[in-house]
Formats: sequence, C-alpha cells, structure tokens
Amino acid sequence: MSKADIFNRIRGGLHVPSDDSARRAAVQARLDARKRNLIPQRAQLPADELLRLFIDMADEAAAELIELHSAAELAGAIENWAQENGIAHLVTASDEQINNLEWSGNGTLVREERVAQVGDEASLTSAFCGIAETGTLMLYSGEESPTTLNFLPDTHLVVLRASTIVGPYEDAWQMLRQATGGSMPRTVNLITGPSRSADIEQKLQMGAHGPRRLVIFLLHGE
Amino acid sequence: MQIKSPEFKQNARIALEDVNLQRALGNLKAGFPQKRAAAVARLPEFDQLRDEARDLKNHILEHLDLYLEEFEKNVVANGGTVHWCRTAEDARKTILEICQDQDAKTVTKGKSMVTEEIDLNDYLEKNGVTPVETDLGEYILQLREDHPSHIIAPAIHLNIEDVADAFHEHHKRPKSNDPAHLMREAREMLRKHFVAADVGITGANFLVAETGSTIICTNEGNGDLTQTLPKTHIVVSSIEKVVPTLEDMTLFLRLLARSATGQEFTVYNTLSSGPRRPGDQDGPENFHVVLVDNGRSDMVGSEFQEMLRCIRCSACMNHCPVYGAVGGHSYGWVYPGPMGSVLTPQMVGIENAGLLPNASTFCGKCEEVCPVRIPLPKLMRHWRDKEYEKHLSPTSVRSGLSVWSFFATRPKLYRLFASVGNRFLRLKAGKKGRTSKLPLASAWTDHRDMPAPSGKTFMQQWKEQNR
Amino acid sequence: MASSRSRVGLFVTCLADMFRPEVAFASVKLLEMAGFDVEVPERQTCCGQPAFNSGDRHDSAAIARQTIEAFDGFEYVVGPSGSCIGMLHHYPELFAEGDPWHQRALDLKSRAFEITSFLAQHLDTDKLSSSFSGKVTYHDSCSGLRELGIKRQPRELLSKIPGVQICEMEESETCCGFGGTFCVKYPDISNRMVGNKSENIRATGADTLLAGDLGCLLNMAGKLKREGVNVQARHVVEILADMANTPAIGEAAIGEAEKRS
Repeated sequence: MSKADIFNRIRGGLHVPSDDSARRAAVQARLDARKRNLIPQRAQLPADELLRLFIDMADEAAAELIELHSAAELAGAIENWAQENGIAHLVTASDEQINNLEWSGNGTLVREERVAQVGDEASLTSAFCGIAETGTLMLYSGEESPTTLNFLPDTHLVVLRASTIVGPYEDAWQMLRQATGGSMPRTVNLITGPSRSADIEQKLQMGAHGPRRLVIFLLHGE
Repeated sequence: MQIKSPEFKQNARIALEDVNLQRALGNLKAGFPQKRAAAVARLPEFDQLRDEARDLKNHILEHLDLYLEEFEKNVVANGGTVHWCRTAEDARKTILEICQDQDAKTVTKGKSMVTEEIDLNDYLEKNGVTPVETDLGEYILQLREDHPSHIIAPAIHLNIEDVADAFHEHHKRPKSNDPAHLMREAREMLRKHFVAADVGITGANFLVAETGSTIICTNEGNGDLTQTLPKTHIVVSSIEKVVPTLEDMTLFLRLLARSATGQEFTVYNTLSSGPRRPGDQDGPENFHVVLVDNGRSDMVGSEFQEMLRCIRCSACMNHCPVYGAVGGHSYGWVYPGPMGSVLTPQMVGIENAGLLPNASTFCGKCEEVCPVRIPLPKLMRHWRDKEYEKHLSPTSVRSGLSVWSFFATRPKLYRLFASVGNRFLRLKAGKKGRTSKLPLASAWTDHRDMPAPSGKTFMQQWKEQNR
Repeated sequence: MASSRSRVGLFVTCLADMFRPEVAFASVKLLEMAGFDVEVPERQTCCGQPAFNSGDRHDSAAIARQTIEAFDGFEYVVGPSGSCIGMLHHYPELFAEGDPWHQRALDLKSRAFEITSFLAQHLDTDKLSSSFSGKVTYHDSCSGLRELGIKRQPRELLSKIPGVQICEMEESETCCGFGGTFCVKYPDISNRMVGNKSENIRATGADTLLAGDLGCLLNMAGKLKREGVNVQARHVVEILADMANTPAIGEAAIGEAEKRS
C-alpha cells in the first residue's frame, strides 16, 4: 500500500505522463552505461606515480606500510612484525594468497583460519585492490574472506599487491565487476586507515571500534 | 521526540548564556570549516564535482520512482527485503515487527539521523526491545538521555567533563578526563553489545539502484560491527538517497567526506548487498531495507524539491554563524542548522517551525559550501512566503510591513516619512552622533548604539542643491 | 570608460538617504569621475528587501514594479550597497515567466551594479586621489560577496589610495549579524554575531572599518561605539571619493568629542 502511495505522490509531484516510456528509457540508459563522472586529475597518473600516491595517501590516513619485494618475503615479514609487536596469535583469511604463504614456524606465532572473535589481537587478510586517489584498500567478503576479520581485531594486517593499485575508485569498480562476473559480493569494504573518532570535543582519537592499527604489506613485485 | 522549535528564541537565549555550551561550540569553529577548506584546496576539481553532483541529483529526483523500483528489484535479487513506509509510524512499526520476528531482546545501532527522525529508540524500548547506540557520540548521548545536536558530530554540545561524568556513572569505573582513555572504555563496554545483539540497525548514506546495495560511511567501524555480527541487519533509509550506479555513488563520496569532516575519504565506506551468501562464514542471515518517506514524496515537484539533493554532510551548519552561536538543540527538533530550517517545517509543520527559516540573516554561507548547491536561503525564504500566505507570521511583523509598504509604494509620502524620521533621530542623538536608547527599538539599542543621521536626507539635500 | 557620457541612475538606498547622505554624494562624485551623467530618479524608494525576506511577495512585487519604472531608460543603475543591488537582481523571481514584468525585471538586473564593482570596471583608477591616511580593515558584506561576487574590487580600488594600509580581519566574510529585520527579530543571536565581529575588528589594530553596505556598517559601528572601541566606521566610497573629512558613522560632530572629554 505504502509503496503505491509513495509512488503516486512522486509521480503526481513530477506530473509524469501516463506513458512514461521516455523516463524509463532514460533510467535504463543511465544504469546500463555506468557512465563515469568527472575523475580528478590526481587519480589519472602513470603507474609508478600512482604507486607513490597510494603510499603517500595511505600514510596520511595513518595506515602503516611495510614494503616488500615479493610474496616470498611475506610470511617472514609477518612473523617478524608479530614478534616485534608482541603479537602471539593471528587469525587469518583462507584465500589462495594466504594459504600459499610459507611460514617458517620460528617464533611463537599461532595462526588460525576462522572468523574473528572479540578479543582477537590481529588478523590477516588480502586486499582485492588498492585505490591510489586516497590510499584506500578494497576488500570484499566471500567464503575465504570473512568480513569480521576486517573490523573486530585490534590490528588488521592486509596484503596488497602493487600491481592491483589503480588510480580512481571507478577503476576498482570495473575490476570488481570483472572479478565477480558482474554480481556484487555481499559486502565490499573500502578501508582508508585505522578506526578513529573525534566525537569527544572534536579531538581526533585513533582506534574507536574498528582496528586501532592498519598495517599494509605492500608487495612490489606482484 | 518532542518538538521544541516553537521555543527557538528562548532556547537560543539560554544557549547563548550557557558557558559550557559556548565552550563546546568553540571546538566546532576551529575544526570542520578549516579542515574542509584545506581538503577543498587540495582538489582543484571540487567545484566541478559539485556541479555534476547537483545535476545528477536533479536527474535522480526527476526519476525517483524508477530508481527506487530498480533498487528494490536488486535488493530482492540479492535475497533481501524492502519495506516501504509512508510515515514515521509505519517505519517504527515495520522495524519493531522485524525485531519481534527475531525475538530480539537487544539491537545495536549505527549512527542514523533518520532513526532519530522517526523516534525509533523510544518506541523500541517501550515495546521491549533495547536499542544500544554504538557510535561514540550517540553512545554518550544515550547514557545521558540526550539527543544529537549535530547530524555528524552528535555530541558536539558536550565537553569532556560531561562525557567523563556519564561514563563514571554508568560504567562504575574510576573517572578519567583523558579522551583516549574514555574511548578505550567505550570500546570495551560496547564489545559485548556488538556480539550479543540480535539485530543490527544502520542508516545508509546512499542506496545503489544498479546493485541493490546500501552504503554506510563511518570513521569508527561501529557501523560495520553493527551490521556484520547480528543475525539480522536492518537498513533504515530515506527514499531520496538512491543513486543509479556505483560510478554515481562515487561522485558523491568524493564530495561527502571533504564537505563533512574535511577528510580525503571516510575510513570505512561499506557496501551491503543482501544477506550472507552460501559458504559465507559471517554476516547477517537476514537483510531488510526500510525505506522511509515521511513527507519527502510531497517535496518532489514542489518549491522544496532541491532540498532532497541533501547528502547530510553538515557543511551548512558547520559554517552557519547562527548555528555556531546557539548550537543544534536550540532548533528544537532533529535536524538543526540551515538544512534543518528547511526540512523541519516540512516534517513538523510550518506552524510549529516557522521561527527556524526566519532565524537566518540570509548570509548565504550555507549555499556557498553546500556540495550539491542547494539554494538554502531561497528555500528558507519559500517557507517565509508560505508563513506569510497562511497568515502565520506575527501580527507585529505583518502590520509593520504593511505600514512600511504603504509608504514604500508612494514615493512622495516616503520622502516625507524619511525626512521626519531623519530629523527625529538627529534630535534624539543631539550632538553625540548616536543614541543609546530609542522608543520601540530596544531590540537594537539593548545591544548597540543607533548611529544618528549625519544630516538631512540625501533626497532633501539633492533637491536643495537643485540638481 | 564611458564615451558619450552614458546616463547612470543612482539607486540611493534607504539607509544612505536616511542615515548617510555623504555615501550617495560620494557615489555621484565617483561616477562623474568615471565619465557618467548621474541622475537620481524621484520615484525610487526602497528596494523592497524587507518585504521580500518576510515572505510578502505581493508588496515586494509592487515595489519592484515601481523601481523598474523609475529606472527605465538608464544605461546603468548603480547603488552603494551589495544588498540592495542584490535585491534588484532578485526581481525576476517575483514575476512568472511570460509576465511582461519578468522581462523588464531581467532587463533591470542586467543594468544594475553595486558601486565598487562598477567602478572597478569603468573608472580609470589613476584618477582616484584621496587625502585619507590610516590602517583600515574591510568587512565583506554577505549579499555583495555571495550574490554579486564582490571581494577584490573594493580592495583593488583602495590599493590606489597611497595612505590606505589594509589589515585584513579574521573571518572578514562572516556575517555581522545585521540581516535586515533579523537583528530585531533575533536580537540575542544578532548581538553575539556582531560581538564576534567587533572582536575581530579590534584585533586588527585598524583605526578605520570599511564596508560597502550601510546596514552592516550601522550595526558594527553601533556595537563598536557601545563597547567603547575607538574604530571609525565608514562606507568605502567615502574614502575613494576623498570625502572622509566628516565625522564617521555614529561619531559626534567634529569638535564635540573633544568638548566632552
């Protein structure tokens, strides 16, 4: 009932003619075209400059960046990071990239593949891509990448392959559509730095309800 | 929520004398406007993006029914449900029914102004469902049984001592005046609620028709925990938030954070498209979108249609000298500042909210900063037109105006009137050049002197010079 | 520059007429300096803004028609107020498209200019000469600034006066709280706004406050005087026309101040 009522009011207000095929065509055309609106120059740079921009913007957003030459260094770097930061337990996603890590097993880091729980110290997930424009990570949910890993633990470790860094958000949407065959994953997370709030006296405090730290392992050779 | 807009003048007077409130409002002035200016300066295309955003919103509003239809179709295809609510009451009932279907005892809530608009919390509570606000600012307000005074910084009217007192009283922990400590305490306290909640309720910044997705933009991550952990996620959104495609949503995202907090981008921009998929290990099992009209469809095609472009960034109130002086609560209802002065009369009636669109000098700062170029002064003036048409403006104003108009449309009489007034003011001032008391003008002279005319009227002198 | 002495109709504005005739005289002087014939149509009164901003569209339209007729035939209509000229620019909104008055309102709008923006375009600024000397601060009045884009023009003109030193105040673009009837409808809020303004003016150390709108100037001058702040308020044209030898707004006649102290 409400829906018809609302639509009647909208159509009445717009003085829509009984034949609204022209309006329908305009809407369909816009939906189909997925036209890009103005994209800032900042996001339209050569690849090497985009990489630089991503690093600068992520840094500005208070993400921590650890740059590595290749995936081969990743497991060791994570183990080192854990040791240095006194992290004994890591909950991980189970995507291919993470499954293929060759952990040394040295040290005391315990790993577990599961969804996150209250009290988890740190999680490890893979980013689908990086967006240089604002130093943003795109992650999405799936069987191997539970969403809670991105929000519940105190520290969120994210693996990002440099080759997946794009300039504007629009390129990321296009990559996403290609990767998922056009259907939207249940959730897509655009993450730019760690959680924060300025709700008390407008003074910025890091680490509100999401991760207090966001650590990006950036793989240059990948 | 009780409507206190008719008491705007008294509210404002009290607010101006409230030392603590004034201290808190000082934080606003030093914060958002400067950060916004810096962010805008870094993006040369900002004004062009505003033009495009205005045009796109206009296109959407001209096709609002069709984009909503497409949105619903795709939510359903994703396995979710859309509920259409004509009134605030419809929306409250619908949300309660979903909660009751789930035997919900507690619901966590992300920050949502539309749930304030429909007065959801009180209603849920009265019906046996406990809402828990999880945005830090909203959480503080809930402990204090207070309401937001700003649409993105709800607790901007408070100082840290207020927060410390509220936490001390409710958490039974030693008192601390350290903001970092207070935030850690809130984080710890809310964890158990996030996990225990049966339902999570969030708002939406945009609804994407193409994909049937809703998006929330938050810095804290509370909205994400609210919508990911409980079994049921309810998105409550007003109908004008629909956008055609992801690309179109992106245009608004580029403007939103910069206009709001002056950030390049909000920390978490999260799209939700339906319930948990087969094989998913987490995420809600049920996904509901409650679409709230509450007077908006009546604005379509009216002189207030442009207000529906609003993306709730708060730039208008952050830059408004009136808001900055009296704070959000003075406005007496949910939406304060310039955008509120246009929306509130629509939602609670001009007879209740007529003082709001009048409480503006029409300085135009709000329009200058609006990311979707809403002509807020013009829309406030339209409310004044309506008020005048309906004979709702105060008699003193109406009679004063008609006397004045009588003279203004009779040039010769007007000249006479001006020269008498001129002479009176000069006599009153004597040789001081100004007067500190004037009959019938105490509203002026209570606070400032009235400069006296420096001589006869220009028209008199011009005539005397025979030119 | 005007070639064959075009005619300018001076829109005096109520406040210049009533409170500060020298602003209108200064405007005439400057317009003549720019090579125009200046006339003051008898039928003009107020621009109608008080009615327009109070929702009284009927009376606003009546006043608009009167103003349109009063200024028929002038090549330009120039006034010493961004707010009143801004109101003239609103006239087309008062008439339905198709109504002949709508077209006439559009025509008036295209000919109506605020004085500093008009001078910046039409006056050979080398002709400006003023004996004024002092530290001034400039308040950007809202309507001029946001409806007509007046910001650099008065400053450019002032920069041609050797004795003028401009000290910009904080928040020079923030409303002073006048707002026409606002200041009497919401006196407490208006007072806070003009109080902030006064603080910002004082902080510059300037001895003179300039602006392009008498409404704002009366408000700010009244507040400065009430607070006992020794800053002189004047309309910018008084400086530009070298007519700043009269007492400033709200000041005692020359000699009176000394007598009292």
